[in-house]
Amino acid sequence: MNEKAVRRWTDIANPTRFLELAGSLLPWIWGAALLTLGAGLFMAFAAPEDYQQGTTVRIMYIHVPFAWLAMLCYTMMAASALGTLVWRHPLADVSLKSAAPIGAVFTALALATGSIWGKPMWGTWWVWDARLTSVFVLFLMYLGIIALTRALDEPSRSARAAAILTLVGFINIPIIKFSVDWWNTLHQPASVFRLDGPTIDPSMLWPLLICAIGFTLLFLALHLMAMRTEIWRRRVIAMRRLSARAAEMKPVEAAR
Amino acid sequence: MLALYLRDVKLGFRAGSGALTGVLFFLAVVTVIPFGVGPDLNLLARIGPAILWIGALLASLLGLDRLFQADREDGSLDLLLGAQDRHMLALTVLVKCLAHWTTAVLPLVIVTPLLGLFMNVPPIGLAAAMLTLLIGTPAITFIGAVGAALTVALPRGGLLVSVIILPLTIPVLIFGVAASRGAVAEPDPFLPPFLILSALTLFFAVIGPAAAALSLRGAAD
Repeated sequence: MNEKAVRRWTDIANPTRFLELAGSLLPWIWGAALLTLGAGLFMAFAAPEDYQQGTTVRIMYIHVPFAWLAMLCYTMMAASALGTLVWRHPLADVSLKSAAPIGAVFTALALATGSIWGKPMWGTWWVWDARLTSVFVLFLMYLGIIALTRALDEPSRSARAAAILTLVGFINIPIIKFSVDWWNTLHQPASVFRLDGPTIDPSMLWPLLICAIGFTLLFLALHLMAMRTEIWRRRVIAMRRLSARAAEMKPVEAAR
Repeated sequence: MLALYLRDVKLGFRAGSGALTGVLFFLAVVTVIPFGVGPDLNLLARIGPAILWIGALLASLLGLDRLFQADREDGSLDLLLGAQDRHMLALTVLVKCLAHWTTAVLPLVIVTPLLGLFMNVPPIGLAAAMLTLLIGTPAITFIGAVGAALTVALPRGGLLVSVIILPLTIPVLIFGVAASRGAVAEPDPFLPPFLILSALTLFFAVIGPAAAALSLRGAAD
């Protein structure tokens, strides 16, 4: 059984198998993502208003999942980076490269929704507190990784470079997570993932969790699509090179 | 290793471009600030240590892209990589970083008191800024080595190096400025941020060269 599972896992390493599998899974994941998101957003609007914040608390149902996903995506990229460096898994680099823009967008959305929420609640669009700053640094790291992966056109070389940069930047993730505990900041401390259980009321926790699952599924769908596109792009480049080489060879053969 | 260090230091000082340009850039950055914020001496005294730190950070980014590129162009990088069974590559990178720091960053630290006078920083603040820069800037060089190694194969990697490593240097900047401000402003402590700064330098002295060595090996094959 275990051996079978391992073989299945190595089968996915084959890009063609991966393309087939991802292609057949994608519609289901899209469907599940849209259903969960629809249900989650509906529940978010049915959820009670906060006694202090009024209706602006509903921003939480998208802001928090965006922020979680920004960190989840980076963690996944770090895992892919390990896959590239340790096992030289051919798909790990594809996964890292195609996740970076998605992660950057989620981080930007977390920052944007956060500052839209901050304007009525804190009275300012932006403060330089530890949580906000560290998430902003995360955004810059995403952009740096994107810039680096786009600067080197040889996939094998850019794979290692991006993997190393991602791993070095992973230091930032624990800083983001614990920034609200280490520093006394304007951003509220963790209220869902705590040792002594969530301090948020179940009537708000459930819509939040369902929204989070929905956005995670959406991320998964987008990521799989981006990975497929990246594999196809690499194949097209390889084929173009092959045909260019063949076209170069022909006149030589004709001259002979 | 000592020979490599001496060679790099000599190259750094004799090539003419390195050390002096960095110091001039530092001077230019610091001179521009009063034009931007106005010549209010009290304000300048308050933000002075921060300005010195930012200027030194930017100036020490300048030569970083040449850290390995020059060696790659004349082929000595291949020799260094080839000798990695005798000398651990991370150690070689560490020595190169130290040499780069000596030639490009140490002059910045030395001129700091002079520039601090322009900023109307009190003497004890000058001493604190110089001390924190002395302890903190090696961390910037070690982080920079990673960026330099990642972009070694790029023809114009200079800007990319800065973009990649600036986010990583933010902790160094935070604690460096906190420590140098702590020496002047009374309620803020000096020692805790200073010790964290030292810890950061030691931490990056391990992580930086190791990651840089890994990516140099990747760039070579």
